[in-house]
Amino acid sequence: MNFILGILFSIVVVSILVFIPWIGVWAWDLRFVFGVIVPYAAIAIFIMGILYRVIGWARSPVPFRIPTTAGQQKSLAWIKPNRIDNPSNAFGVIIRMAFEVLLFRSLFRNTSLEFRQGNRITYEWEKWLWVAALAFHYSFLVVVLRHLRFFTEPIPAFVHWIENLDGFLEMGIAPFSGFSLPGILISGFVLLAALTYLFLRRLYISQTRYISLPADYFPLFLIIGIATTGVLMRYMGAFMQFIFGADWFSVPVVNVKELAMGLVTFHPVIPEDIGTIFYIHLFLVSILLAYFPFSKLMHMGGIFLSPTRNLSNNNRMVRHVNPWDYPVKTHTYEEYEDEFREKMVEAGLPVEKISEESAEDKTGSSEEAEKE
Amino acid sequence: MYDGVKIIIGIIIFLVLLLFPAWYQVGKAAKVPDPKLAEKALKAEQCVEPKLFMKTQHMKLLDEWRDEVVRSADRYYQSSSGKTYYKSLQVTCMDCHSSKKEFCDQCHDYLGVVPYCWDCHIEPKENG
Ligand code: HEC
Ligand code: HEC
Ligand code: HEC
Ligand code: HEM
Repeated sequence: MNFILGILFSIVVVSILVFIPWIGVWAWDLRFVFGVIVPYAAIAIFIMGILYRVIGWARSPVPFRIPTTAGQQKSLAWIKPNRIDNPSNAFGVIIRMAFEVLLFRSLFRNTSLEFRQGNRITYEWEKWLWVAALAFHYSFLVVVLRHLRFFTEPIPAFVHWIENLDGFLEMGIAPFSGFSLPGILISGFVLLAALTYLFLRRLYISQTRYISLPADYFPLFLIIGIATTGVLMRYMGAFMQFIFGADWFSVPVVNVKELAMGLVTFHPVIPEDIGTIFYIHLFLVSILLAYFPFSKLMHMGGIFLSPTRNLSNNNRMVRHVNPWDYPVKTHTYEEYEDEFREKMVEAGLPVEKISEESAEDKTGSSEEAEKE
Repeated sequence: MYDGVKIIIGIIIFLVLLLFPAWYQVGKAAKVPDPKLAEKALKAEQCVEPKLFMKTQHMKLLDEWRDEVVRSADRYYQSSSGKTYYKSLQVTCMDCHSSKKEFCDQCHDYLGVVPYCWDCHIEPKENG
């Protein structure tokens, strides 16, 4: 697909997803649908979908270890093995997996192939993708953990720690007053910046642009939509008031918490005064959850089930029996001879074992056979 | 299913983490904030600005007041209803909302907000 079409298609889909709750809540007042039914349905699809995918993967046999590893395999005692990059036991696998999940180690190894000195191929240091991916995933995690203040009562201490660390600027980068209270939380902006980079990178690098599909652009735009509506709610209310004289962005977070607590305690309520923009935010999150299991985002579960990461390289130490091996029907030469011995002897064919009867009767012929 | 035990352990860890807010709540009574208006506020009937604005923007309003007072010595605020207020946290807000515990803290505790203003500004004496 042409990349412009791919991008346009994704933008149109995300815009439609923004308009659905917008019209639904603002024009038809379907707050219960968008505030309760859709989120519950989304979380149900999320859980069932993930179970379905993971169990699907678990049912596929992986007969052999795939040692595509960047390290010396364990072999002779005097050759130093690389215990983490080419693990021979569960401990090494756990460390390797932790590096992969927490630090994106295989992305760190990314190089780009370039002609730097005339015709000579060089492999250049390429860490921007790794940096942006780390920034994106960790800021997303921090934002989600901070959101726990809406879903827990009393709020656990670690949420406060994250919030304080994330808000350590306290205020002050604002061009106009009123932007800085409540305090600026850095992760929300890092999230948006990283998403923007990841999108521009797809456009900028021609090979990546060529292989990018709507399935790549859509999740990016969806998460950009979520982060943007969040930032608008938290920071842009006063600005909106200043420009248009009406504040459609700020939401009373006390009421939001009542709604969120209603959801997690299974006593759903729809408090008053929560603006449409909140329902747009929530709807986009619901779509993200429901879309998750059936998309590339499932790499969250897939990483743990990658055969090149989660298997120790013990091909030479342990016998791996192919799980789809069934008892093959064999017919060995001994069995063949047992079956046809008499006929073979009659026809004068050599046999390895001479049966007693035939040895007595036709000694001559077997002697003849030996002579030949 | 291959490696069924490991898969099931993984799935259980995933579900326990995902559903943290649901099981964390069990057995804890959810207290809903109930900011009580003091007598003076009740008599005044309305806040500096409309209620919804105060709910969402009071921190920003205070921030603006602070900047304008401290930087430009601009001490009077014309509200949208035409009334004039003296821009002060202690003298104006806390005059009407004379109990921090029963008013401001109700919401702030609910959302775990701890404004640092009270490091310097003096909170009204609580009777009782
Ligand atoms: C309707 C509930 C409510 C009431 C009543 C209330 N607040 Fe708040 N206040 C909040 C919420 C919610 C926040 C945090 C918003 C956020 O973090 O998104 C906040 C934040 C603040 C902040 C900014 C703190 C920071 O560090 O971000 C200040 C200052 C503040 N409130 C002052 C007051 C004062 C003074 C009073 C009493 C006169 C008061 N508030 C009453 C709900 C309330
Ligand atoms: C003249 C008395 C008065 C002053 C001064 C005043 N308030 Fe209020 N405030 C009220 C009243 C009355 C209400 C209830 C409004 C209503 O119900 O419509 C209220 C409501 C509020 C609310 C919403 C509470 C809720 O239940 O959602 C907040 C937040 C608030 N005030 C904060 C402040 C802050 C911050 C200041 C200082 C900038 C302040 N008030 C100054 C009288 C006052
Ligand atoms: C480091 C100490 C300190 C802290 C912390 C602090 N202030 Fe102040 N504040 C002052 C001082 C000093 C003045 C000047 C008083 C004056 O000139 O009348 C002032 C003045 C103000 C004023 C205007 C004058 C008045 O009488 O209230 C407002 C409004 C105000 N502060 C709000 C806040 C808010 C809201 C916070 C918390 C987010 C806060 N301040 C935190 C020291 C502090
Ligand atoms: C994938 C999950 C989500 C992401 C990535 C996300 C992202 C964001 C971001 C980036 C912000 C800006 C402020 C900040 O940095 O905290 C924000 C604010 C906000 N989000 Fe979300 N959000 C998510 C889920 C939710 C859910 C499920 C709710 C429902 C309760 C919600 C309600 C809010 C509210 C009310 C604000 C405004 C906060 C304030 O004014 O202080 N979000 N969100």
